[in-house]
Amino acid sequence: MPSVVWFFLLIPLAVELAWVFWPAINSFWLSLTRWNGIGDPEFIGIGNFERLLSDPIFGQAILNNVIWVIGFGGFSVIVGLSLAVALNKPRRGVGFYRSAIYLPMVFSLAVTGLFWRVIYQPDGAVNAFLGSIGLGSLETQWLANPDTALYAVLVAAVWRQVGYIMVLYLAGLKGVDPTLEEAAAVDGASPWQRFWRIVMPQLSGVNSVVFAVTVIDSLRTFDIVWAMTRGGPYNSTQLLSTYMYQTSFTVLDLGYGSAIAVVIFALAIVFIITYLARAAKED
Amino acid sequence: MSTAPVLPARTDGRSTDASIAGVRRGRRGGWRFHAIMTPLSLLWIAPMIFVVFVAVRSFGDLTDRGLAALPLSIDLSGFVTVFTAGLVGEALVNSVIVTIATVFLTLLLATWAAFALSRFHIPFRRTILLVMLAGNLLPPQILLIPVARITEGLGIYDTLAALVIVQVGFGLGFYTFVLHGFMRAIPPEIFEAARVDGAGEIRTYWQLVLPLCRPSLAALAALATTWIWNDLIWALTVLRTETNFPITAALLNIQGGYVSQWNVVASGAIVAALPTAIVFFAFQRHFVSGLTLGSGK
Repeated sequence: MPSVVWFFLLIPLAVELAWVFWPAINSFWLSLTRWNGIGDPEFIGIGNFERLLSDPIFGQAILNNVIWVIGFGGFSVIVGLSLAVALNKPRRGVGFYRSAIYLPMVFSLAVTGLFWRVIYQPDGAVNAFLGSIGLGSLETQWLANPDTALYAVLVAAVWRQVGYIMVLYLAGLKGVDPTLEEAAAVDGASPWQRFWRIVMPQLSGVNSVVFAVTVIDSLRTFDIVWAMTRGGPYNSTQLLSTYMYQTSFTVLDLGYGSAIAVVIFALAIVFIITYLARAAKED
Repeated sequence: MSTAPVLPARTDGRSTDASIAGVRRGRRGGWRFHAIMTPLSLLWIAPMIFVVFVAVRSFGDLTDRGLAALPLSIDLSGFVTVFTAGLVGEALVNSVIVTIATVFLTLLLATWAAFALSRFHIPFRRTILLVMLAGNLLPPQILLIPVARITEGLGIYDTLAALVIVQVGFGLGFYTFVLHGFMRAIPPEIFEAARVDGAGEIRTYWQLVLPLCRPSLAALAALATTWIWNDLIWALTVLRTETNFPITAALLNIQGGYVSQWNVVASGAIVAALPTAIVFFAFQRHFVSGLTLGSGK
């Protein structure tokens, strides 16, 4: 094989090894140390992981992450899939509706977070809307109230994610054989039956992709929480990623932060493999 | 950045045949369809309109009548503050530099790797490809601390160069995977003809492969532009000085520095959002097909 081809392969590979795989390996080692960023890390075995077990904020972050995966995944899939089915067939207005749903996904999560911060202000749009329809008793300081903050951030994240999920399902629906649905319709199957019995099974590939992407994205979620609440109030919106960031770069407890990163990795790896297995099959 | 992949771009034009069923029930379901979709679309757009309304009101008006009131007159002092107080001018320039450099370098390196892996019998090429893709799927958290440390060691911590190289490395796997798929699909006869004509590898890459990949490169570039532009976590990790911040990180500073001056915050958010919105409208087709690249059947 010509040597120039090795050059083509090895340069990108070296960049990725140096900036992704080497740092990742380092994190595993750092998770076994105590380190404040100055001097050398001190090896302490699995001390950091033992500390995690009795750390109430870590427990809170895990719980919040579970709520996040379910809420973020559940709502964006239900809404995204429904919209994809509704907007799959060409008819008047479909282009406009699709654009409206897509648009939020081009904003950064930081911008999305700021948009919704403005909306959630005590005298902002949400409270004004509730007041105007006679539900003034529900008004609250959405982001300052520990009971509502996580869900308020979640709504903003779902608002942005739905367009992406819809794109994936629209692409999947293009691959669904329309003759099968026609035949079922002739046989008297209701639209509901046709969707669940005929269309849904043909979307199983997209479903597994959406599932993996959602879980991986949920575990990575950082920007929007950081822009809206920084994990507060009282850690009520703390996710693993924000807690990892705070521990590492605000508190400078880098060994402990690395341990949290390792936990995030361990949770994500199953879904990464699921995703890769699919990618490998298609390749 | 959003995890992207999983559906190959479909160009079989099947979307039109679905219209038969659509037409048949068209009349009857038509009004119901719009009765649901119109309010829903408006609901989706409402947050953006609300933020624009806040941005074009004066600070005095916001405090007098509350955030939720409709603007009675247009006051652009929020935007004026954003630009004159030195809040975003430099940040926008930083974002443009970082985005252009990162998108260019990532796609350049990704086409190299994809070319090598797709056209030559490299041992373990499938494994290499999947490992590269896996790198892009890792949670960034597992990389942050060591990456910050490596940039310090190299003396590039707190520079735009660090932000570029980190994002190039992290994104490479995904773009390589997608481009590899496209290059595999190029018929071998074309390469055979090039070889007979005496074209070397570099000429084949430059004059044959790159032009043939133009559509997918355009889709990937549109997508990458918004991803890189929108990044926050890498900027927070390798940058410290405010004058080096890209727009996303600068935006969070505005929020901290102008607490309760919501017209300024809203104006800043709009300024940060506009470039990606423009890319989206200009390249909507590329953008949407880009999102489904690499994502299976």
